[in-house]
Amino acid sequence: MRNRLIEGVEKDRMRKSALQFDIGDTVSVGVKIIEGNKERVQPFIGTVIARKGGGLNETFTVRRIVNNEGVERTFPMQSPRIAGVEVVRHGKVRRAKLYYLRERVGKARKLRERRAAADEGVTDSAPAEGAPVRSRRPAAEPEAVATV
Amino acid sequence: MQAAILGKKIGMTRVFDEAGSSIPVTIVQAGPCPILQIKTQESDGYEAVQLGFQNAKPSRTTRAEIGHAREAKSVPQKFVREIRLVKPTDKQRGDMVTVELFEEQGIKFVDVVGTSIGKGFQGVMKRHNFGGQGASHGTERKHRSAGGIGAGGNRGFGRCIKKGKPMPGHMGHERVTVRNQRLVSVDKDRNLLLIKGVVPGPKGGFVMVCKAVTKG
Repeated sequence: MRNRLIEGVEKDRMRKSALQFDIGDTVSVGVKIIEGNKERVQPFIGTVIARKGGGLNETFTVRRIVNNEGVERTFPMQSPRIAGVEVVRHGKVRRAKLYYLRERVGKARKLRERRAAADEGVTDSAPAEGAPVRSRRPAAEPEAVATV
Repeated sequence: MQAAILGKKIGMTRVFDEAGSSIPVTIVQAGPCPILQIKTQESDGYEAVQLGFQNAKPSRTTRAEIGHAREAKSVPQKFVREIRLVKPTDKQRGDMVTVELFEEQGIKFVDVVGTSIGKGFQGVMKRHNFGGQGASHGTERKHRSAGGIGAGGNRGFGRCIKKGKPMPGHMGHERVTVRNQRLVSVDKDRNLLLIKGVVPGPKGGFVMVCKAVTKG
């Protein structure tokens, strides 16, 4: 259990609204880049394969393939350099950590898409009904729900 | 009064600055500290204030401590330290010292004094960074030992070991000062100081935070 004083300090410095995405989603992460005195947002598009830590220390890892070479970037969830995260596509996964994708080559890398009609309705009402439809880290979930 | 306060180490986390860089910080819960006694040039030969931190349980106190604290209209404190002052203080006995002092004076860097984590009885490799002996080449049962500790009767030291020779022994649980740590922010509402980097001691250990002597 974390110290309540530490939690208080972290809460003041966290995003007002948590970033919304799930493991396995294909996302576009807006990364703020400062060039000289100009600031611009560069997207990094890939699959979310992991989410780690809590509070201000929480990070998520995005994997993509560039020139047939796997590239992974780990972003601090609460960093002001992350302008936002946009979900491009939901992936259908059964794990919280998708490290197995690193061993996959070619078409096997693709995750099946989670279709809105089949899954989305259940997902949104899941916390209210208390029925865990998808296996998920419980630590991450209440935070996201609380801030909505 | 120059900025100094007593507190307790809470733990570490990180904060982000405007540029988005992550700063590792230690959270110290500091004050409010009652001034238990004021020492002056006339009465004691030097200027100082005696601060206390955290009320002690009545069952853990002595009558002498109760009487001493009563003169400052306070109760006995768990952690009591004296702060040497350059100039006489404007505060009165019984006044409270809070983290606001650091904010008012715009302190940027602090020195932190604490008691390091006790490591128990340790050998020379961990305690003094000795190299130890070879893993092979005929070494038997002496892989982590110190080696020679001085020849007999040489260089005027007589047949004895030089004083202060690094040897195995108790490590840690001693007073340690880390200097010139950046004070990242002051939380008046919760009585917290956020100090960049490390602070000696375990979580919950008592520390003294002062304005940096050599910086800022």
